[in-house]
Amino acid sequence: MTKWHLSRRSLLLGASGVAVAGAMLGRPRGAYAAGKLSVGFWDHWVPGANDTLTRLCREWAAKEKIDLTIDYIPSQGNKLLLTIAAEAQARSGHDILAMNTWLPGSHAERLEPVDDVMKDVLAKNGPTNPVVEYLGKPDGHWRAVPATPGSQMKGPASRIDLLEEHAGIDILAMYPPDGPATPAAEQWTWDALLAAAEKCHKAGFPFGIGLGTTSDNVDTWGSLFHAFGARLVDEKGNIVVKSDATRAALEFAKKLAAFLPGDAIAWDDGSNNRWLISGKGALIFNPPSAWAVAKRDAPQVAEKVWHHPAPTGPKGRFGPYLPYYWAIWSFSPNKSAAKSLLAHLSTREAAEQLVAASQGYDIPGYLSFNDFKTWNEEGPPRGTLRHYPPTKDQILSIAAAPAPHKIAEQIYNQATITKMIARIVQGGDSIDKAIAWAESELEGFMRG
Amino acid sequence: MAQAAAIGGALEERGASRGGGLARRRARIAFLLCLPLIVLVLALVIYPAFYSLHLATLNKSMTRFVGLANFAFLFKRETFWMVVEQSVIFAVGAVVFKALIGFVLAHLVHRLPQRGQRAWRGMLLVPWVIPPAMSTLVWWWMYEPSYSALNWLLAGMGFAPVAWLGDPYWARFAVILVNVWYGAPFFMIMYLAALKSVPAELYESAEIDGANAWQKLIYVTLPMLRNIIAITVLFSLIVTFANFDIVRILTAGGPRDMTHVFATWAFKLGIESNDIPLGACVSLFMFPILGFAAVFILRDVHRRSRELAGVAA
Repeated sequence: MTKWHLSRRSLLLGASGVAVAGAMLGRPRGAYAAGKLSVGFWDHWVPGANDTLTRLCREWAAKEKIDLTIDYIPSQGNKLLLTIAAEAQARSGHDILAMNTWLPGSHAERLEPVDDVMKDVLAKNGPTNPVVEYLGKPDGHWRAVPATPGSQMKGPASRIDLLEEHAGIDILAMYPPDGPATPAAEQWTWDALLAAAEKCHKAGFPFGIGLGTTSDNVDTWGSLFHAFGARLVDEKGNIVVKSDATRAALEFAKKLAAFLPGDAIAWDDGSNNRWLISGKGALIFNPPSAWAVAKRDAPQVAEKVWHHPAPTGPKGRFGPYLPYYWAIWSFSPNKSAAKSLLAHLSTREAAEQLVAASQGYDIPGYLSFNDFKTWNEEGPPRGTLRHYPPTKDQILSIAAAPAPHKIAEQIYNQATITKMIARIVQGGDSIDKAIAWAESELEGFMRG
Repeated sequence: MAQAAAIGGALEERGASRGGGLARRRARIAFLLCLPLIVLVLALVIYPAFYSLHLATLNKSMTRFVGLANFAFLFKRETFWMVVEQSVIFAVGAVVFKALIGFVLAHLVHRLPQRGQRAWRGMLLVPWVIPPAMSTLVWWWMYEPSYSALNWLLAGMGFAPVAWLGDPYWARFAVILVNVWYGAPFFMIMYLAALKSVPAELYESAEIDGANAWQKLIYVTLPMLRNIIAITVLFSLIVTFANFDIVRILTAGGPRDMTHVFATWAFKLGIESNDIPLGACVSLFMFPILGFAAVFILRDVHRRSRELAGVAA
């Protein structure tokens, strides 16, 4: 009979052997059986918003047995834009990348169509708003899946006190904190805005609407053009800028520009935020980012800011909407996993969590998702985001629509609309001369 | 005698062959040492340059070869010619002021006592040492539309505010000023080094001949510095023509495209508007302009060097 003697050394050897074997054999079999997936998301500026997105993705990855890598890429300094351009050229990089507004159309040939994903998602969530479809389905096929993070409205953010004191406008009577817009909101027209702009300018609190070439500027004036029925190029690609509607919009813009800050022509996307936060301005057109920063840096300003729809014009009330998307590169080696993740992130539950994490900044592209409670609860002032999501009386729009995608993209990114206004206001061009200049620019954009 | 000559010839041949072998080995070592740099230049300069040429011949969606159609298209655009004009104004204006200021500063520093000179040299180099993207942000804050520090100072002195970045002509001035502020120290240090190498005897001879300070500058300093001025101007012209960060940060090309230079407009078209072939065309347009300038300036430098070598011989 053999007598076993367990020495300290043999115990340690045995234990380490078991540990190594356990690590090799005991690892859950097929933990990443479904392969790898690499995702580049937009780096949200709201602290903590990325964490919720990461958690949602990790939950999905654990369930699907995917080895998931997530990068958050900021849009500051065009980093996301440059990453997209580089990966498109190299045909290598992430499987999924976040793309805003025009980019799914720009890279349509290099993106995996997601009609199959969108068919199921639309069946569950209902239709998207028209801007999401116009930008995400540029050639009759869905080229990207609408993303909640980053999608935003750019309506006015007004100072309740300054509008009331200097312009006699009670914005809360139009857009109350506890209910839908009242009939008084019918009076919120572009003419009313012009009159208020004049009064606030006289009082030393000009409206902070920029005339520069960046997105905020283009979106605001784009919604004005739409409200006047002015289009630069129609859906068939015909140049239609020379019209009475354009003249009327430019006449109006000229009048309004006289009451804007003297250097509005040099404004970028941060200028209007600083203008509001400084307490100098009575109104800007912006998502709630300016207000959120004011909550931290100038709480006395933030508690008087109210977000509400854009004014109405002769052709209706057009609300600027800018969607983000998640797109799958055609060279992605794991398209099925990518589609599965995007379907997971497109559920109502996921969108609601993402909106809450963004403190109400994000506006999902699905019309049925505009009723999340986050927007009613955010403050101070409580309810400031109550009227931030799209309302039924608004027509969501993006500047340069309805032109064919490749032309509209040029109009938008080269800021043809604001440059027309700037040529009149600063360059001394007549309205007809500015229109003639725009016609020449548009002819250039037609290049195939 | 004949034998001695034969031995001498053989030794000479051996020596020459040994010398030739040594030279060949040295050349091989030199080539191997340069190889990493050659690979880097090929990978990061030559390949992208040829790739840009390739991109410039494609259509907007990069699916079809269109030859020189993109260039032909550009030549018909009003904005393109405006950008050409602005790039020339920006580069030539900035380089002229950088050269003048650098020249004056170099003389001032050169005349300082040796003890204090090092500190002044260091301080004057600071703008050139700070990464331009960072220092330009500080300038932007000084020009910023709503909170301009410069306007605050002007207001304190009772002057009206200036739309530094809102008025096209002020904006052009603003971007040139920052480029001059950033680049003048480079000229200063180059000129200072050249000044230190001018033989003191030349000034002494000129003084004996009765030359005043102005005449010494014109007839001694400038001819002696001419080559370094030409090379510095050439290098600076190339870098200034290709400038991106200053214009991008301060004005992004606005207002009304009136401060765009080639690089910022190429970025606007190629990356922001997603028309990479047209953006590549704009950026390639810098090449012939700079090539032309380089040929003329370097030819002049070469001629002068030969003249000086002739004088020395």
